[in-house]
Amino acid sequence: MDTLKKIFNTSLIVPVVSILLGLIIGAIAMFAGGYNPLVAYQSLFERVIGSPYHMGETIRAITPLIFTGLAVAFAFRTGLFNIGVEGQFIMGMTGATLVGVLLDLPWYIHGPLAIVVGALFGGLWAGLVGYLKAKRGVNEVISSIMLNWTALYLANYIVAKFLLEPGQQKSKPVHESALMSIDWLVELMDKARMHWGTFVAIACVVIFYILLWRTKQGYELRAVGHNPDAALYAGMNVNSTIVKSMFFSGIFAGLGGVFEVLGVFGNQTIMAASPGYGFDGIAVALLGGNTPIGVLLGAILFGGLSYGSGGMSFGAGVPSEIVRIVIGSVIFFVAAHGIVKFIIKPFMAKKKKEAA
Amino acid sequence: MNQSGAVVQLKGITKRFPGLVANDSINFELKKGEIHALLGENGAGKSTLMNILFGLYQPDEGEIWINGQKTVIDGASKAIDLGIGMVHQHFKLVQPFTVAENIVLGNEPKKGMTVDYKLANQKVKSISERYGLKVDPQMRIQDITVGMQQRVEILKTLYRGAEIVIFDEPTAVLTVQEIEELLTIIRNLAAEGKSIIIITHKLKEVMALSDTVTVIRRGKVISTVKTSETNERQLAELMVGRDVNFKVEKTKRQAGEVVLSVDNLRMKGDQSKMALDGTSFQVRAGEIFGIAGVDGNGQSELIYAITGMRKVQSGKVTLGGRDLTNATPRSVSTAGVGHIPEDRHKHGLVLDFSLSENMILNTYFKPEYGKSGFIDYKAMDELADKLVKEYDVRTSGIHTHARALSGGNQQKAIIAREINKDPDLIIAVQPTRGLDIGAIEFVHKRLVDARNEGKAVLLVSFELDELYALSDRIAVMYEGKLVGEVDADERNDEQLGLLMAGNTGSADNGGRE
Repeated sequence: MDTLKKIFNTSLIVPVVSILLGLIIGAIAMFAGGYNPLVAYQSLFERVIGSPYHMGETIRAITPLIFTGLAVAFAFRTGLFNIGVEGQFIMGMTGATLVGVLLDLPWYIHGPLAIVVGALFGGLWAGLVGYLKAKRGVNEVISSIMLNWTALYLANYIVAKFLLEPGQQKSKPVHESALMSIDWLVELMDKARMHWGTFVAIACVVIFYILLWRTKQGYELRAVGHNPDAALYAGMNVNSTIVKSMFFSGIFAGLGGVFEVLGVFGNQTIMAASPGYGFDGIAVALLGGNTPIGVLLGAILFGGLSYGSGGMSFGAGVPSEIVRIVIGSVIFFVAAHGIVKFIIKPFMAKKKKEAA
Repeated sequence: MNQSGAVVQLKGITKRFPGLVANDSINFELKKGEIHALLGENGAGKSTLMNILFGLYQPDEGEIWINGQKTVIDGASKAIDLGIGMVHQHFKLVQPFTVAENIVLGNEPKKGMTVDYKLANQKVKSISERYGLKVDPQMRIQDITVGMQQRVEILKTLYRGAEIVIFDEPTAVLTVQEIEELLTIIRNLAAEGKSIIIITHKLKEVMALSDTVTVIRRGKVISTVKTSETNERQLAELMVGRDVNFKVEKTKRQAGEVVLSVDNLRMKGDQSKMALDGTSFQVRAGEIFGIAGVDGNGQSELIYAITGMRKVQSGKVTLGGRDLTNATPRSVSTAGVGHIPEDRHKHGLVLDFSLSENMILNTYFKPEYGKSGFIDYKAMDELADKLVKEYDVRTSGIHTHARALSGGNQQKAIIAREINKDPDLIIAVQPTRGLDIGAIEFVHKRLVDARNEGKAVLLVSFELDELYALSDRIAVMYEGKLVGEVDADERNDEQLGLLMAGNTGSADNGGRE
């Protein structure tokens, strides 16, 4: 497992220091605002791990971020910036809701079918971006941002037109047979919304690794990502690889949406704005250095902080805006990893000398 | 000024990088008005030493004396203040800016709050005239040739008042004609009293240009000699550390059957001109067919057309009787073509892949490297191990990124991969560009070996020495077609030069095939 070791070594130290720096900046911000940072961080951690319910809900908040983080990271590995994960996530939700509400099937078909259809919705939505790039040279950033809005309003239209619960701004509930919650775990965690999506997400972390680093398809994807000219020279079909990469990326994103519907809410609302998991996924992928394990850890951090922010305002009276400052500074330091490396360099050098 | 007249003295310079000593207590002295060549193989430590002099690195040990004063050069701006200028191998120019804008950048003549472009143009013009560096100050960098861009780099240093000019591998990117012009420019600079250091591994230029040579090998100064008291062979030996064969041993050999046949290829170029305008030739088994010509006469396009990387509008490519016109790169490769590409970084390697991964770049899909869609990393590593040994690729391991290898070793890796495919036809484009003598010798030997084994070799090169050393037949390419063939046994640069310039009239024995 040399590769795993490498992933840990190269991409762990900088994020950890970034997190610490982010927390310190956050503490300064809280201090300046007249709040006690220690109390605030204490209540943050209490909220995240304090009770079974909160632990469960934290996991619930982390799960979609794993999916969207993987989606962004996967495209990135192939040299594409998929900023349309948001839209693919919404398409995944819509696909799952359509199957979940309209069809009536035995549970062993209904659930899996809803998942597959939702994932395909996401994959095709992203594949469209890949196709436009490969065939028409349209920059994927532009087309995928545009498709985010298209997805949002298309989803709202589908819900309003075909699935509406009369008198409400949301769809009819998804049939019991398609739901993905884990009842015994929900009971165990004091009614926290636990669902199979979390396990699928972890499976996706493994699939991400295997697909990219163990298969020939992954070899092609990475070659195109690193150097499309050399890929052409080597006889790879660069254009079809771009479409495939976006398709896979969209599947990860779509799955995130699927489980929000089937595992958490059991319906789909008419949304005034996108849920934001897709954009947070960009930050998560960045935090995780576009490696599968990194994404998992990034999602845990990001989801934990987001969910824990409720505790900070509750326990220490810190407004959630301050928590956004903490998250923002963590992302800042990860993005500007040059600064972090510069800061830790003297310490690293010292450590090396001691070791020598 | 001290009594020896030295403008630069480096005393006992040592620079260590993790895992290697790049410079090992180096002593170096540059006299006023001299042209001093710093000769050594790739990775010998020449560039490191000059980067120290230019303030980009700090030495771990040693002293720098400029004009008899001990100094610490802690940055490029300090070096510029001291009158040191550097012309880098990879130019540092702003493409959409004009020549004058690039030259004055960072030191612009001002008129109130704005840049005085008129004065800038004038200043540039007067410097360029004084040193005989012809440039048009108002042209944009993106519109001028590489040779012209290099002159802009030289002017940049002169504009900043450089008295000591360092040239880092200045001829690597130039055509034959441009090299001649550059050598004249450098001589002019020295005649004007500038002191010149030229980093190079090309012996010809050292002999033609320099007054003094310092040879560096593995971070150490091997010798400093007067150019007039040495010769190419001796320098090569000093540089490589052993006797070097300039001439590849090559016996006469009867060529076999036609392997590659190219018939009347036509391909549209980037502008309205045809890049290929009716190119025809044949390459036989057991021969090396060389294509000479000035860069940009359709050589790259010809190779793209044969290897399937770009489509042709008309014409025909056949390999051993099989029609490969506009075939995909993969089908060309599997039909038996090995391709050593012109640009090893752009096409030849995925630099962020490991050496091992690069070894299967165009064979990864084959069942021997994994069945049912998975890559067999063991088979891949075994192949890499084998090729690294066989082709003497120097690397810290097969899992090292290709980026970390020196240019020569990258090229060896590509050649290993392509020859190992056991192709019928080997296409080698500029196979020794940027390589040092030892590596060139190796590459040449491998190509001749392949020929002796009965493979057809198509060689495209801008280096006449290389073409004459290797080829059995040499044809000249001009404006998209082959304009004549010359005798490969009897060297005639003049005839070749005329053909390369498109002058077919006087080449009386240069009939087309």
